[in-house]
Amino acid sequence: MTEFGEFSEHLLTVEGLKTHFFTPTGVVRAVDGISYDVREGETLAIVGESGCGKSVGALSIMRLVASPPGRIVDGQVNFDGIDLLAISEQQMRTIRGNRIAMIFQEPMTSLNPVLTIGKQITESLELHLKMEGAQAQQRAIELLEMVGIPDAPSRLKQYPHQFSGGMRQRVMIAMAMSCNPRLLIADEPTTALDVTIQAQILELIKDLSAQMGTAVIIITHNLGVVARYADRVNVMYAGKIIERGTALDIYENPQHPYTQGLLDSVPRLDEDRKQRLESIEGMPPDLMELPSGCAFRPRCRFAVERCAEEIPPLMAVGDGHTAACWVTVGTASEVGA
Amino acid sequence: MTQMQDRAPVPGQEVAPLLEVKDLKMHFPVTSGLILQRKIGAIKAVDGVSFSIPRGQTLGLVGESGSGKTTVGRCIIQLNEPTSGEVWLDGVELTTAKGRQLRGMRRRMQMVFQDPYSSLNPRMSIGTIIGEPMLVHKITSGKGELKEQVSELLRVVGLNPSMADRYPHEFSGGQRQRIGIARAIAVRPDFIVADEPVSALDVSIQAQLINLLEDIQEQFNLTFLFIAHDLSVVRHMSENVAVMYLGKIMEMAERSELYEKPLHPYTQALLSAVPVPNPRVEAQRERIVLQGTIPSPMNAPSGCVFHTRCPIAIDDCRVVVPELKEYSPGHWAACIRV
Repeated sequence: MTEFGEFSEHLLTVEGLKTHFFTPTGVVRAVDGISYDVREGETLAIVGESGCGKSVGALSIMRLVASPPGRIVDGQVNFDGIDLLAISEQQMRTIRGNRIAMIFQEPMTSLNPVLTIGKQITESLELHLKMEGAQAQQRAIELLEMVGIPDAPSRLKQYPHQFSGGMRQRVMIAMAMSCNPRLLIADEPTTALDVTIQAQILELIKDLSAQMGTAVIIITHNLGVVARYADRVNVMYAGKIIERGTALDIYENPQHPYTQGLLDSVPRLDEDRKQRLESIEGMPPDLMELPSGCAFRPRCRFAVERCAEEIPPLMAVGDGHTAACWVTVGTASEVGA
Repeated sequence: MTQMQDRAPVPGQEVAPLLEVKDLKMHFPVTSGLILQRKIGAIKAVDGVSFSIPRGQTLGLVGESGSGKTTVGRCIIQLNEPTSGEVWLDGVELTTAKGRQLRGMRRRMQMVFQDPYSSLNPRMSIGTIIGEPMLVHKITSGKGELKEQVSELLRVVGLNPSMADRYPHEFSGGQRQRIGIARAIAVRPDFIVADEPVSALDVSIQAQLINLLEDIQEQFNLTFLFIAHDLSVVRHMSENVAVMYLGKIMEMAERSELYEKPLHPYTQALLSAVPVPNPRVEAQRERIVLQGTIPSPMNAPSGCVFHTRCPIAIDDCRVVVPELKEYSPGHWAACIRV
């Protein structure tokens, strides 16, 4: 099922992943059959709006979806030859935070407020790398210096509330990179930060991942961030990947009407000011009551009858560029498919 | 009408201003002790801000968190009583206005808030939320007319009039922001402070709301102070733009002038920090990554408040407080290195 070359370059392969939430009022199909892969050392962006399943998809890889109500109901996640959904929780713990690390949107809630920063960093060094006492301390100082926190030895003794938002995110990055992970998942790492701090943090992630050869999945709704940092892009809508390609494919030749609509709806500093923004009418659907056929159909200006009857699969547009739309790519590729 | 002297800086060309702000200061006292509350310092949230907005136009106010942009908006609307300075709305000085006069002026200036979740009372139906300001300011004659007016307002902001009996929790963020806009325009104001009105919303919903704000501006001839941190949204919305940092205006100019020829190093850094949705452009763009973070407004740096992060600061910047000077018609900047 993988569509990019041979298997060996793939660090992570996700196939047919479905994560649903079973609530008293119904089943929320947050992630509804997504397949993609991440190659060694690349940066993959997952783009979409609130509720499209981009975060739940990432949490599923880490097996961090709260259960109940959430459950991974189908699919496979293959990381470096290991089936992450089949191994025991104990084995998963040797991978999580070690070979796959994650940083979250809100650094204040992901740090423990009653432990010093030093304690929190050395904890994972002791757990995963079996370091002890002074050695772990020394490494923690190096890590803080690596992420550009001045005065590291005394900062280690401080608590999270003594750090600014940007500094907390640096601490999170230090912790994430402490075990030299093969894959870093960054879930909206800069959404809560000011634009000048956002630039600092993203450049830091980029530099460190390049130095260490870490692959990065960056989850964001910011199309500018994607354009600057991503090699490849998955666009998600209502629990599904609806378009995928290189950053250039997505920005210069978007095929799915949703991707086109997203790109048209942001005011841009690199172009002349438009008189009026082209917005996508309506709202994303309720994931409990998805419309029949294509989930984007009710908001789509190109929708035809077929869109209500059949869910469009990802269909090839070009080399490595696929989109799930009956109208824009359906007719062309169907003959071959 | 009072004769106004020393006109506040007008960005862009001179059109009779609806709003003028002169040397506005808002210093929040910092106290210590529970009973005596000795004053031990002041947070200079806004420290000498002057600008004016011509009728029917939008001034965009940008800056990072803690720059004081929200406080400027609140001081204009008289939600905070400024420490000093003047706020003139259509010839009336608001900081000294009292009683009936101030109440009359309050009808003419409204606010749209950032957070569509906390700015609507969860126990009131949206019909009541939108209708209440009309009752308060007595611009409706009775129940029947009020209902009709609320329906009309809901239509104007793109909601279905049949939704008037529903409660805020039944609406999405974008719809709630539409309700907030309906409430603001219900009393037929002249001037609206929109404080980050779209930053809590998703991209596709943002565009809808931006278009709506522009529509109502045209329809009701509104004047906006548009407060935001997103420079691309501000460029789209505003005729003129002011950049704030630590309580002061660093630069102010007509939109295209500011974005194409930024003079202040802070504006230049801000603009270069915004990634644009174009991979080819991004691959080549030089970035000025500012070091450090915005200092605390409680002990702002001496001299130019930006000198601690400025890539071109010299020794003088630590001492001299730069004045906001007009470098070309309507283009103001506060930097001794320009």
